[in-house]
Amino acid sequence: MSYLGDFELAEESVAEAFAVAARRWPGEGVPTSPAAWLVTTARHRAIDRLRRDRVLAAKLRLLAATVTETTGPATTGSAEADMDETEIPDERLELIFTCCHPALAPEAQVALTLRAVAGLGTEEIANSFLVSAETMKRRLTRAKTKIRDAGIPFSVPSGDRLPDRLAVVLAVIYLIFNQGYSAPGRAGHLATEAIRLGRVLASLLPDQPEPLGLLALMLLHDARRLARLAGADGQDLVLLADQDRSRWDWRQIAEAREVLDRIVDSRGPYLIQAAIASLQAAEPVDWRQVAALYAELAELTGSPVVRLNGAVAIAEADGPAAALAIVDRLDLAGYLYWHSTRAELLRRLGRGDEALAAYRDALALATTEPERRFLRGRIAEG
Amino acid sequence: MQYALLIYTKPETYESLSPAEREALSLEYYALRDEPGMLGGAALQPVTTATTIRLADGKPLVTDGPFADTKEVFGGYYLYEADNLDQATEMAARIPTLRIGGTIEVRPIMGQAS
Repeated sequence: MSYLGDFELAEESVAEAFAVAARRWPGEGVPTSPAAWLVTTARHRAIDRLRRDRVLAAKLRLLAATVTETTGPATTGSAEADMDETEIPDERLELIFTCCHPALAPEAQVALTLRAVAGLGTEEIANSFLVSAETMKRRLTRAKTKIRDAGIPFSVPSGDRLPDRLAVVLAVIYLIFNQGYSAPGRAGHLATEAIRLGRVLASLLPDQPEPLGLLALMLLHDARRLARLAGADGQDLVLLADQDRSRWDWRQIAEAREVLDRIVDSRGPYLIQAAIASLQAAEPVDWRQVAALYAELAELTGSPVVRLNGAVAIAEADGPAAALAIVDRLDLAGYLYWHSTRAELLRRLGRGDEALAAYRDALALATTEPERRFLRGRIAEG
Repeated sequence: MQYALLIYTKPETYESLSPAEREALSLEYYALRDEPGMLGGAALQPVTTATTIRLADGKPLVTDGPFADTKEVFGGYYLYEADNLDQATEMAARIPTLRIGGTIEVRPIMGQAS
């Protein structure tokens, strides 16, 4: 894509190349290196179109320097058969950073990453995010148009620009993971896709610790997917402490811990979250250590949600009173888990009426069936 | 590719600066005009000097004031030639307006390679 800088042209040229292959290969036989043939043919198709467009003459100069001419259909097979896989540059990193460019809206970054990097179909992506296929198609088209018209470059950010841009990529991948994690029935495959993207990113940026941190974090969360939900319809929420640990994917947990061991000299947010998740998979849980890690994470991010999660750990280590004092100081009145956490702590302190009120506030904010069911259950217990 | 770097400022912030500070800001704006890639630009006089024209009953209607009564007002622009959006936003990030609470909009000019 770097030669073309235009998703639409690249996509259409590839589609035309596939069409040519479908016509010719059955009769002429498959070339020695089909992938290389397809790429070369797509480039030639694109070049033909670019030649007709004088405005893209500058790009054509770049193409002419890199593409070998063929003399016609008779020799196409042999000339391209000589081209081996290693000549095709790995532009996945450029693609990822382009899809996750900050000049694109977050939902466009997610959609484009799933479409262009993960290769998911438009309808599949639409279903995963509960929008119509038409809406998703428009979203993707707008994003590609913006890339072209605003001149978003197809490149990997260099030097001091990389950390901030990488943070956006990681956020997109984590968002995709959470979408799959929160709706396993409808979008469960997104968790697998996100993990795959995490692996690819870590392999393409071997010197960066945070992609490894994110990968470990996703592996740990995903390892518990079979134990999180129960009941005949799989819509009953099971809290961590009550989960059937034999249903956890221990191979995945081991892999996550191995990934974490690889990270040295780094204390980024994903790494810390992964370390917390790893500690929570142990039995018994070292809640004091968990609380300390949450404190470190809160320092890094300044996030009240992190402080809320840290308070839960403090409740386990030091009792509900200390935790409630922290929770009550947080400004999270619109956040479901703030209310549900308060409710839990009040319940443990024997303040039943206040707990009930907090559970009701939480229920009003719940968006998924497992959450609603769990909260209703707590309310019914009185 | 040519980009317009559109400058939006908060008038009260500018007014709260001392004459020396405003002078220093002006020098910065002018210095940016001389950067390679900068093709042009202009600073607009304060919004109090603005006049708006619309059509009413098919005839031009002239009124006092800017296009929209907003907290942030359009104060000027640069025309900048860049290889891509990242280069354009990097130049935009150097515009001093940002340091006094302003915003820059970066938009490509029509009629170019696409």
